[in-house]
Amino acid sequence: MVAEESVRVVRCGGSELNFRRAVFSADSKYIFCVSGDFVKVHSTATEECVHILQGHRNLVTGIQLNPHNHLQLYSCSFDGTIKLWDYVDGILIKTFVVGHKLHALFTVTCAEDSVFVIINKGKQDIFQLVSVKLPKSSSQEIEAKELSCVLDYINQSPKCIAFGNEGEYVAAVRDFYLSVYFFKKKTTSRFTLSSSRNKKHAKNNFTCVACHPKEDCIATGHKDGKIRLWRNFDDDKKYTYTCLHWHHDMVMDLAFSVTGTSLLSGGRESVLVEWRDATEKNKEFLPRLGATIEHISVSPAGDLFCTSHSDNKIIVIHRNLEASAVIQGLVKDSNIFTGLMVDPRTKALVLNGKPGHLQFYSLQHDKQLYNLDIIQQEYINDYGLIQIELTKAAFGCYGNWLATVEQRQEKETELELQMKLWMYNKKTQGFVLNTKVNMPHEDHITALCFCNAEKSETPTLVTASKDGHFKVWILTDDSDIYKKAVAWTCDFVGSYHKYQATNCCFSEDGSLLAVSFEEIVTIWDSETWELKCTFCQRAGKIRHLCFGRLTCSKYLLGATENGILCCWNLLSCALEWSTKLNVRVMEPDPNSENIAAVSQSSVGSDLFVFKPSEPRPLYIQKNISREEVQWGVFVPRDVPESFTSEAYQWLNRSQFYFLTKSQSLLTFSTKSPEEKLTPTSKQLLAEESLPTTPFYFILGKHREKQDEKINKAFESELVQLPLTENIPAISELLHTPAHVLPSASLLCSKFVNSLLLSKETKR
Amino acid sequence: MAGYKPVAIQTYPVLGEKITQDTLYWNNYKTPVQIKEFGAVSKVDFSPQPPYNYAVTASSRIHIYGRYSQEPIKTFSRFKDTAYCATFRQDGRLLVAGSEDGGVQLFDITGRAPLRQFEGHTKAVHTVDFTADKYHVVSGADDYTVKLWDIPNSKEILTFREHSDYVRCGCASKLNPDLFVTGSYDHTLKMFDARTNKSVISVEHGQPVESVLLFPSGGLLVSAGGRYVKIWDILKGGQLLVSLKNHHKTVTCLYLSSSGQRLLSGSLDRKVKIYSTTSYKVVHSFDYAASILSLALAHDDETIVVGMTNGILSVKHRKSEAKKDSLPRRRRPAYRTFIKGKNYMRQRDDILINRPSKKHLELYDRDLKNFRVSKALDRVLEPTCTIKTPEITVSIIKELNRRGVLANALAGRDEKEISRVLNFLIRNLSQPRFAPVLINAAEIIIDIYLPVIGQSPVVDKKFLLLQGLVEKEIDYQRELLETLGMMDMLFATMTRKESTSVLQHASDGFLENKKVES
Repeated sequence: MVAEESVRVVRCGGSELNFRRAVFSADSKYIFCVSGDFVKVHSTATEECVHILQGHRNLVTGIQLNPHNHLQLYSCSFDGTIKLWDYVDGILIKTFVVGHKLHALFTVTCAEDSVFVIINKGKQDIFQLVSVKLPKSSSQEIEAKELSCVLDYINQSPKCIAFGNEGEYVAAVRDFYLSVYFFKKKTTSRFTLSSSRNKKHAKNNFTCVACHPKEDCIATGHKDGKIRLWRNFDDDKKYTYTCLHWHHDMVMDLAFSVTGTSLLSGGRESVLVEWRDATEKNKEFLPRLGATIEHISVSPAGDLFCTSHSDNKIIVIHRNLEASAVIQGLVKDSNIFTGLMVDPRTKALVLNGKPGHLQFYSLQHDKQLYNLDIIQQEYINDYGLIQIELTKAAFGCYGNWLATVEQRQEKETELELQMKLWMYNKKTQGFVLNTKVNMPHEDHITALCFCNAEKSETPTLVTASKDGHFKVWILTDDSDIYKKAVAWTCDFVGSYHKYQATNCCFSEDGSLLAVSFEEIVTIWDSETWELKCTFCQRAGKIRHLCFGRLTCSKYLLGATENGILCCWNLLSCALEWSTKLNVRVMEPDPNSENIAAVSQSSVGSDLFVFKPSEPRPLYIQKNISREEVQWGVFVPRDVPESFTSEAYQWLNRSQFYFLTKSQSLLTFSTKSPEEKLTPTSKQLLAEESLPTTPFYFILGKHREKQDEKINKAFESELVQLPLTENIPAISELLHTPAHVLPSASLLCSKFVNSLLLSKETKR
Repeated sequence: MAGYKPVAIQTYPVLGEKITQDTLYWNNYKTPVQIKEFGAVSKVDFSPQPPYNYAVTASSRIHIYGRYSQEPIKTFSRFKDTAYCATFRQDGRLLVAGSEDGGVQLFDITGRAPLRQFEGHTKAVHTVDFTADKYHVVSGADDYTVKLWDIPNSKEILTFREHSDYVRCGCASKLNPDLFVTGSYDHTLKMFDARTNKSVISVEHGQPVESVLLFPSGGLLVSAGGRYVKIWDILKGGQLLVSLKNHHKTVTCLYLSSSGQRLLSGSLDRKVKIYSTTSYKVVHSFDYAASILSLALAHDDETIVVGMTNGILSVKHRKSEAKKDSLPRRRRPAYRTFIKGKNYMRQRDDILINRPSKKHLELYDRDLKNFRVSKALDRVLEPTCTIKTPEITVSIIKELNRRGVLANALAGRDEKEISRVLNFLIRNLSQPRFAPVLINAAEIIIDIYLPVIGQSPVVDKKFLLLQGLVEKEIDYQRELLETLGMMDMLFATMTRKESTSVLQHASDGFLENKKVES
């Protein structure tokens, strides 16, 4: 196999969906969002991913519908190209090479053959809005070098640029001023807020801008939560603005509805606010959206909105402010305390998600399967508030049990700890809270592990804590004559000379428990809870501890803070070997004897794969990431790969995933797993790209009923029925724009008559 | 999106008796009415027919009481000696009783003089019962015999002489007119069949049998004797199903609740225990003032009547549930408005609009949902809440602290309101389960109200009280720590001694082994 040579570190899923505003298709059937190097096409009704548009070689930074053909989509990327896609079939039509790093893309209906992009010229912080002329050519790849600068010294974010009133002007905001460029007059007006000059600490920096689609009105969002509506800005002197204030924190994004009657705004409060008629009184709320609103967009048909959130989610919202669909990617905005775990049932990757939740993320489909609410309390998003944090979690007994630990510490002495044990309910296919333990320990819990041996009858859980104890919890029968129930109780409390317990680990067969107390490792018999022996290397606190597996189950591995990796032989109770390695992550492979260790050096992180029985590593990959690797996990493969080369055999049965400090999820593969992702349904194709309105439903149903009736009455006869489209009166009514139609009273009789079936046609 | 999540109220394990549906059911009785009888109450029997009068046998009299009457509505006193076991017939019109002199007398409920007198036993008759066909009477006597009598011509039909000691209890089958069971002091229970004139089943209880009971289906037999209650499976030929030993003195009487789900046993240890008849676990127990001799339940468990050795009859009536309804109630929509359209089947063209079911929120949750923090705190500081459910108050304080608004909620209170908060703190601050939350709240209060201290004597007094409480608590904790230290020392010395002695013992054993080998 040729591919074997190219095993490399690749990014795997979980890219940001909320990086840029999502875009709706003209019929609101599809929603497009950027996702790393790709553009994803989702169905708004089913949330399913229909297509992945692949082709860019760097982060996609902007997407826009082609204003002249609503079945086409423009996208731009950091790789300096603008690509035109046919999203219905997922085909790349054209590539325009611009050359500069493109930060955002805008299209305007009136500009025939040009689009607008934000590029970075020269210095770090200086961005320009330029118009790019897209040359007409039949070839696939076209150079588009004809740039003309529109606005200079603007903000990098596309939220700070808005085109207004069919492209007559463009508004840009940066820091304390709003600049408006009029294309016809080719002049720029600048507006500064009066207070920003005097008060240094007035937090009225501009954060975003939106333009009214019909009128000359610009809405700007500010850091202090105010929204200002600017009018008469074509005159430098007579301009006016009104203020709308509800948000108590920064306004993250603004959007006008298609007709311009209402303005949508969102921010940190995770509440979507709809301002009707641009007045402070008329506002509607959609609260509890879960996380900070980053972007808001509106569908061209006007029936849907969508909000992108900081927890990597897009919510599709109906016109009447009802959330209808959620497209959820890997949540990345919180600190990962729990580490990476694999749910034995779904094979999903499990880690901290939304605040107080565990997320179950499918690696195969790059999709969040579900969120498990662990803390079950109202989330108050406020700056400086100490939240309850989900710090530890572990699966046990083939996914039947889940243990979680949450904590909140305001002051040194005030620690709130809670341990929860969740049982998998087969009927509801989810975890149900079984036991809640208040203050299971007097100090932070440092580790918890289940005994996963096959033969063990009673499920057993061990928690180790900084208070110097480790506790053994077992499942007991709590049933009486009224109900059958099981609950967890503490079975044994162990300690070793008042040292802090730092790690715990069960051997593969469950007969031994290893608990590390700072520098000392203690081995306990899990039958009698007797202390069997202790190991001490005097090389710093033990940071990681794990038993060998299968043929290597007689070895115990420990990594210390001083950068020593030790391997003890449990039969001889002696040190087998030790080496100097600054281990950050140590993970055993559940399907083999292999153990992966990621070490940290000043240059980057290195990966070592070895068997405990021999100190020589099987595989070394230097510099897997420039950042610190925080967590790693082996995920068993569904279909084993067949690498023949000895170096890669450790990848045959499981795959190693790891998470870096900047929370990118990486793995080792021959090709990018995102390329392997397959959209679940390709048959979803746009037949009719017109929005389905209630009127359509009524008419369509009416037609259906007619058909049925006729089929029943004249089964044998061939009848030519005039279809509604064929009647000129109806087609005139349906296809003429409303503002040019004569009054309804004139049309009514004609229209109703045309719908009636005349007797001649029946016979 | 996800709705408002109500505040998690910390639950604490309730000490003492667990509250189950059984304890609720059996505690739902009024305080007992006590009626003094002339002697030990040996038997209580309810008439199976309305108005469910009951006959009480005590000394040489039989009193008939109405359900709610404290005075007997009728008395049968024509006994020369002690009367025993007055029992109603199934139709409630006849009553049969044995007596110390060996006679068995049959009374009409309305009459006074006995209708029939069955003479034949030579010693005291302690048990009598009507058979299922209503025309025969079974009696057991201290002359070791069991006799079957015919009511119409007052003749003895059969005599069974199989017992070898006093026959003290008996019970006729409710289904078969020919079957009855007797228990005797010879430790046996015998089931007799009138058609075969001998016992068909005999089981060994192990103790003198005091009481015997047949299940309504006739499949199970319950016997009480000594401290044991035993359940026998008749259909398996008298196999012992389960043996219960929950009393610590002789069990004297047994009774089945009207549903047949619970079995009651009364004992000389002054307790009545209630068992589930499916698991045979004790689900509840009552205490009485004296040793219990007899026990009966009215129809639908409406009344529990217990007779005791000191001649006291204790009558407990079930609390009526009609009373609650009489309270003026706000008119609510009828039930049918809630279920309207629930069973409507969806047609093909219908568009189903789901209305999310409204979640009921507590008042404090409603306030918290709307960020009315002071109001939420006021609500849980109402005396009804602070006394009955302090954990709710503490949970709300904790939640306010989590939201970072506890200081806002506590600030700006007048004398009355702040003294309410202080009262709550004084009452609960020393409870270890509430202490971490409340100490924090107390600190905040002191910080806020320090500038205005001295303006109100009421509040100042409360603050002093709180200070005294904290000092007392500190002293108490210090004492506890001292005690703990002393105990630790004691334990340490003890364990060392133990281990050394064990070691010595082991070495001794080892030496001995060596000696044996050599």
